[in-house]
Parts: sequence; C-alpha cells; structure tokens
Amino acid sequence: MKIADIANVLEAEILIRGTGLETEIVSACGSDLMSDVMAFGHENAMLLTGLINPQVIRTAEMIDALAVVFVRGKKPDEAILTLAKEKDIAVLATNLPLFTACGILYAHGLPGSR
Amino acid sequence: MAKSIFLSYKLPCEDLSSAGEASSGMKNTLKKLGVNPVDIKRAAISMYEAEINAVIHGKGGQAEVEITLDKVRIVISDQGPGIPDIEQAMQEGYSTAPAEVRSMGFGAGMGLPNIAKHADVLQIESSVGIGTSLIMEVKFN
Repeated sequence: MKIADIANVLEAEILIRGTGLETEIVSACGSDLMSDVMAFGHENAMLLTGLINPQVIRTAEMIDALAVVFVRGKKPDEAILTLAKEKDIAVLATNLPLFTACGILYAHGLPGSR
Repeated sequence: MAKSIFLSYKLPCEDLSSAGEASSGMKNTLKKLGVNPVDIKRAAISMYEAEINAVIHGKGGQAEVEITLDKVRIVISDQGPGIPDIEQAMQEGYSTAPAEVRSMGFGAGMGLPNIAKHADVLQIESSVGIGTSLIMEVKFN
C-alpha cells in the first residue's frame, strides 16, 4: 500500500515525505512499546504509535521502517521531524486512535509485521 | 576493507532523548561497507537496546565497535549500579526502569531478551556498584 493511499484512508496529515509518497509499505505494526516493535522482523514496514518522542524515529530507523504514523491527534515537535527528515522516514499524523487506524489499514489489505 | 574498523562513542548521561546516535553511526558504517541488510538490522537493534539500557540504568557510558570481514563486535560499558541477578534480568518482562523511561516506550523488560534474540553472541559482565558491560557479536551471513 502506497504512503499516499495510507494518508488518504487515515485522513492523515503528511508532515515528512520520507522516500516519497509512492513508496510501497508491505506491512505495519501498531505499538507504544518500542522494544516490542524491535522484537519482530519487518520488511518495508510502517510503525503506528501514540508515543511522541525522538526514540520513535530512532526505533523506526533501527528496524528500517519507511514511515511512522502518530495517532490520536499527537503532533510531533520540530526535533522529531528533523530527525525523521534526516533519516528519510515519512511522518504522518492522524486524529484516529491506534486500534481504529490499524483496523482501517488491515481492512485495506495491509498485513501486520511478523 | 582493512582488517578491522574500530568505532568509539561516548554515550549520553541520562538523556534518553538523544540515545541512539551511536547505534545509528554504527548502522551507517555497516551500510557503507555493504553488509547484508538483515545482519545490519540485527546489529543495529542489539546495539540500540544496549545503548538505551546504558543510558537508563548506567548513567551513560561507552560503546566500542570492531568490524571485521565476518562480524561486528559491540561492547557497551557503563559505570551504573550493576545487575545483581543476570538470570532474572534476562527474563522477558522483568524491569527496574523508572516510570519516565516506560513513558518513552522502553523499560518493559524486553531489552536484554531482544538482544539475545538478534545477536549471535551476548555476554554480560556485571558487578554491583561498579558497572555493567555487554559484549555482543553479530556474524555476517
């Protein structure tokens, strides 16, 4: 699923474009626990989280995630956005809660990371 | 590639928001060297978890990395309180991290088990009141 389509179905604001809106995301995980995120393998993945700190971007970097979606209307600060831009990681922000955002993406055919 | 590449980083003191710079630097070096992406990810996650631990529990410390043709060896050392019971610390879910660390998405007792899962070698040397060293190796496939 392309980042542009993900932004569309989540009614999300695109804050950082990362490698581009045509970038294909093949799996996603939703978690507020960064160590849990790192326990699994991810390929061309996206992370959805309600956490809002620079370590979210760092975690995304370590697992080679291509995009991060901040849920529940959380708005990342400049430090987070600067780091994401530096690491070429797309950043989206949606007002939807985590469960709903994950559900919508799953219903559109995006599987969970294993 | 030369016989060995050495990287050395000072880890921040109790500043979790800036933790991860060292792991990021190591990851970029492995990428430039053309190491297999799966192995890069295993090394990056292992070092990052250890780096976070050193900042949370060890009041910062030191990271020493040695990259050779067949593996990366990472040593993270701190002068923190040490681990009284390493077997207990290795259990998933066991944590002594303070609430503020948990609120940042860490300290749920998954760090050491994650390292054990991703690294080919994990050796923990710890003395109470003196500090802890984590020695990790990721072999290149």
